Amino acid sequence: MSKISKLIGTLVSTTVLFGAVSVSSAETLRWARAGDSLTLDPHSQNEGPTHALAQQIYEPLISPDMEAKPIPALATEWAVKEGNPNVWVFKLREGVKFHGGEDLTAEDVVFSFERAKLESSDMKELIVTIKSVTAVDDFTVEIETDGPNPILPNNLTNLFIMDKGWAEANNVTKPAEFDDGEETYAVRNANGTGAFMLESREPDVKTVLKANPNYWGKGQFPLEVTEIVYTPIQNAATRVAALLSGEVDLIQDVPVQDLGRVQAADGLIVNNAPQNRTIFFGINSGDTDLKNDNVEGKNPFADLKVRQAMSLALDRDAIKQVVMRGQSAPTGVIIPPFVNGWTEALDAYPKADIDAAKKLMDEAGYGGGFEITMNCPNDRYVNDEAICQAAAGMFGKIGIKTNLVAQTKANHFPLISQKETDLYLLGWGVPTFDSEYVFNFLVHSTTDDRGSWNGSRFNNADIDAKIQSLGSEVDLDKRNATIAEIWKVVQDEQIYLPIHNQVLNWGMKSNIDFPVQPEDQPHFKFLKFN
Amino acid sequence: MNTALSNFLASDFFYKFSRSPVAIAAFIVTMTLVLSAFFAPVIATQNPFDPGSLNLMNGFSKPGVVNDFTGETFFLGTDDQGRDIYSTILYGLRVSLFVGFSAVLFAMILGATLGLIAGYTGGRVDSIIMRIADIQLTFPAILIALLIFGIAKGITPPSYRDEVAIWVLILAIGLSDWVQFARVVRGATLVERNKEYVQAAKLIGRSPFSIMIKHILPNTLGPVLVIATISLALAIIAEATLSFLGVGAPPTQPSLGTLIRIGQSFLFSGEWWILFYPAVTLLALALSVNLLGDWLRDALNPKLK
Repeated sequence: MSKISKLIGTLVSTTVLFGAVSVSSAETLRWARAGDSLTLDPHSQNEGPTHALAQQIYEPLISPDMEAKPIPALATEWAVKEGNPNVWVFKLREGVKFHGGEDLTAEDVVFSFERAKLESSDMKELIVTIKSVTAVDDFTVEIETDGPNPILPNNLTNLFIMDKGWAEANNVTKPAEFDDGEETYAVRNANGTGAFMLESREPDVKTVLKANPNYWGKGQFPLEVTEIVYTPIQNAATRVAALLSGEVDLIQDVPVQDLGRVQAADGLIVNNAPQNRTIFFGINSGDTDLKNDNVEGKNPFADLKVRQAMSLALDRDAIKQVVMRGQSAPTGVIIPPFVNGWTEALDAYPKADIDAAKKLMDEAGYGGGFEITMNCPNDRYVNDEAICQAAAGMFGKIGIKTNLVAQTKANHFPLISQKETDLYLLGWGVPTFDSEYVFNFLVHSTTDDRGSWNGSRFNNADIDAKIQSLGSEVDLDKRNATIAEIWKVVQDEQIYLPIHNQVLNWGMKSNIDFPVQPEDQPHFKFLKFN
Repeated sequence: MNTALSNFLASDFFYKFSRSPVAIAAFIVTMTLVLSAFFAPVIATQNPFDPGSLNLMNGFSKPGVVNDFTGETFFLGTDDQGRDIYSTILYGLRVSLFVGFSAVLFAMILGATLGLIAGYTGGRVDSIIMRIADIQLTFPAILIALLIFGIAKGITPPSYRDEVAIWVLILAIGLSDWVQFARVVRGATLVERNKEYVQAAKLIGRSPFSIMIKHILPNTLGPVLVIATISLALAIIAEATLSFLGVGAPPTQPSLGTLIRIGQSFLFSGEWWILFYPAVTLLALALSVNLLGDWLRDALNPKLK
């Protein structure tokens, strides 16, 4: 029985370790969520939890507030240049210092934009229409776009500004190549202008941030938090236990099965709001043959009927009822209602109908079914792995046998961006609140500057041209008409299989006054204790 | 009645067994679990490994209560995917027992072979093998199993991981457990190799291989059997531990440990049956095998006669 006593010993020592974490001062905020930020390099990954940490340390020109409305950050004002509709003029905030003591100047902004446009950047789709960025003087920047771009400021809310001198001194003028696992100085170190400074970082274990004593926003924001201790806790039960026992002060993802328990607990509250994020399956309809299936020489997903059958087999109501315990809004389109271009007609989804789906499979010639690998993250979205398991069962009912591979998001996401998976779960938030963002990343064919997350391999020159035209269309009615045309094709072709929009549930101590941000981005400079 | 059976029934061994209520109870529980695992496809109400046969709307059905949506009843309830707990336990038992037996068999063959070689050859070979064993003993078995599992995960492509997971598990547990067998067999071999019958076999020119296998090995099997039984209980627990930590059997092919891991997420929300029944089954299995092993050790120990 010595093995058991050793195991108990390990458990006891782990408990002691966790116990030690809970000693801290009143202004410390201990923050936990399922997954960690993937990298500190601000342009290397366009991913929610990565931006959530970066937003504390780095700042964009224009920042979303707690209602996701854009407010001035490093830029104090911005306007289209008089006489030239292709140019935006940004006035920078004066007297801002980086954590290392360097002054923020227009040179840093120019450098950061150029860095974000490089090949290894994951932010390039957001600024694909930008032709050039020039420093007019120390505190004025002009951004020239391909054509008039009325919504450009919306695209800049996660585009963080780095110090040029710091980047050059540390040899990080290029974003780290995330898919190759490249480790640069910027991946584990940070020098921003934000309200918090990086104190220590252990990826997947613990990150400590300290309040920035020289923050420009003093007096404008509450700034009541003096220290942030961020610990990713993947296991749902452990995360809730940490909140219940007081080991952490705020968890961003209360598991849906534990909402009642947390709400009923003394001294804890749950704030919720619909999230600006849709969860969906991506299916490789574009390749002529698939790597991860058992059908030789052709791609079953290339047949529209198969894709429609899968959509019919997907019982979105059952997923909402059982897997999500009511905490989701099933949908038929991959954008949430917040986004320009969303309509109720798009949102409508088919009722599950196995017989009709089987009939479609028969007509497509796949009545006997086929086998395919399904890739799924297990620490990114609410109940992501359980959704995949449930969907595997539903696809199984129409003969599509899936081998589920559920793994941590750091392993899952490269499969999509490297185009190695043929059936995968992904969630997409829309920080710009406009359909163009979704089209650029998910619908446009994969080119140097667009379509990096288009795992569907959908490739349609006509649609590509329409997507490109959105960036410079000034007539908003005409622009919206084009958006509607693109959505019609996306829906008719069933390029993606939408599942639902998430509902956010942030659990926290009741002495914390902190509303839920619809993009799941906590900006801790707004947090108040009462 | 044939003579082998009547000999067995008249033996000292069987007499001791029939006089020990603990051994009889442990034997009955073990055999019930092993048989129900073996006949799982016949006695289970569904095949939980086939996702196509599940109905998600059955999810979280309480034990013995009619499900509001589907009208079905499950006497041990269902888990989050609508899998019948009773069926998952039967199929989970299969995985647990298969991994346990295979791992012990693997450890036994590996350990006995190395122990025989070490004990019979002696000298430098003996020192090398037994020092390796000593070094391995300084690490907890779970740690070694985790290490092997990690390496295997690193070198297999993700889409094959689920398929090889069970075999990696067997390899990992087996490799962490061979030392005991090696030490016991070596000890017995050291005693046996100087006895007259071995000397005689050497004199008539039998090869060392044949002496080890045909003459010495049969005389070391008693203690090996005892260790194997106790190891089986430990291997089942090791498998459950690894699966509980999420590095063992995949969720699509759950063992008892995987079921306990899944159930753990629902403890706070009051769906206790998802964790409770698999845990009780694991407890019953490990306890009864362990009791059998203990009894076997006492029964075969001449000093306690």
